[in-house]
Amino acid sequence: MANSTVEERMLDLIEEICDDEVIREERDIDLFEAGLLDSMAAIELLVGIESEFGVVIAPTAVEREEMNSVNKIIHQVEIRTQG
Amino acid sequence: MNFYIDPAFYVFLAIAIIPAAVLGFTGHRIKYYGLAASIVFLLLLFGETVQGMVAFLVFLAIACCSTFWVLHSWHVGEKALWKFRIALVAVIAPLVVYKIGTVFDQNLMGFLGLSYITFKAVQVLIEVRDDVIEQMSFLDYLYFLVFFTPFTSGPIDRSRRFSEDANRVYSRSEYADLLARGIMLLLIGAVYQKVLGTVFFGWFTPAPLGDGPLWRELASQVKDAYVYGFYLFFDFAGYSLMAMGASYCFGIKTPRNFRAPFLALDIREFWDRWHMTLSTWLRDFVFMRVVKSATRRKLFKDRLHTACFGYLVNFMLMGAWHGLTVDYLVYGAYYGVLMGATDVYQKKSPFHKAHRKDRWYKVLQWFVTINLVMLGMAIFSGQLHTVVGGLIHG
Repeated sequence: MANSTVEERMLDLIEEICDDEVIREERDIDLFEAGLLDSMAAIELLVGIESEFGVVIAPTAVEREEMNSVNKIIHQVEIRTQG
Repeated sequence: MNFYIDPAFYVFLAIAIIPAAVLGFTGHRIKYYGLAASIVFLLLLFGETVQGMVAFLVFLAIACCSTFWVLHSWHVGEKALWKFRIALVAVIAPLVVYKIGTVFDQNLMGFLGLSYITFKAVQVLIEVRDDVIEQMSFLDYLYFLVFFTPFTSGPIDRSRRFSEDANRVYSRSEYADLLARGIMLLLIGAVYQKVLGTVFFGWFTPAPLGDGPLWRELASQVKDAYVYGFYLFFDFAGYSLMAMGASYCFGIKTPRNFRAPFLALDIREFWDRWHMTLSTWLRDFVFMRVVKSATRRKLFKDRLHTACFGYLVNFMLMGAWHGLTVDYLVYGAYYGVLMGATDVYQKKSPFHKAHRKDRWYKVLQWFVTINLVMLGMAIFSGQLHTVVGGLIHG
């Protein structure tokens, strides 16, 4: 139950930052390669996650390969909110 | 004895690789030998100047004390930010003092490799603060800072990646592969730097505009900018490949520094391909931090303004790091503005969005980019300064 809310709120956040609904469907595409995310947007995402969930992810804490798709981003937030 | 410049260095390097190879092939950790070899090489590097040796030891003492002071504070859960801030200032201070000293022709706190060791020490401190590094042994830290092959000019490795390699025991075949690649990289690097770099440097003959027809004078300036660009690439990429190759022989997979930079289609891509370990270091520890704090405080009304601000700070700092001279500061500002302009153009231009996948557009983009890059080279080398100075003073 708690997970689905995190997921929903994350989807809203990512959609807002990427400015594209496609992220709800294409949850495993590489967002950087698809041009939906760049380093600026990635920082906004980190700031958004911090203010939304109180979860701090340092810029070098997670390798880009571990955070380049919608599912992977949600996973990174979930493992930190369940702490 | 300057690394990769003095011919004797290569002789010592070849000798030093032999025990490393024996350890690697017999399934032993190379770390302790690598640390001992690094200390010997640093003695050879600083042996001739007492001043350099003293400055290096002072830096090392500052870095070790402040880093483990902060690490302890984080380890016990105190996480005192003031300690982190003092430590950060203390670690950066020698480099800042040195850079300011050079303006007045003084060598204060300077030694070969000061910049690169500072980058590494700062990375560790910030990652301790970020809870990314939770523990680190003193020997691992020391080895990371003093490892000799990338000591003088990079590539800038990261501590967690470095320590993972340093503590690894390679299988026979893994090490054989690493050693073969290392020797290959050393040879390619030598050809880049000693052959191609030297050839291009020989063709670099900067001079103020002469009395000939304007188009011919301009063409000769363009030629010099290009020749210098290729010289700098082969010289620095060659050095970087050699540093990388020598690291491989010691079981450390030092990251690459260049990836065909002159094929970049825009300025942002250029910085993803040129001096990559510096640009990613700046991205992670300057750009992202500046942008994060600006975004959180809502300093700017939108994303693009924030990004432009971040790029300006990032690249001005890079320029200042190269040296506090007009040429380097202009160089930094030039790229700060270009990065912002590229971002604005790509986000706002319908023309760009409509054609960015067309081949003719890509060729055009490449052509514009390489010329902007070469103009950057002319600023960096002081060529533009000479030309402008010549025009003003007649």
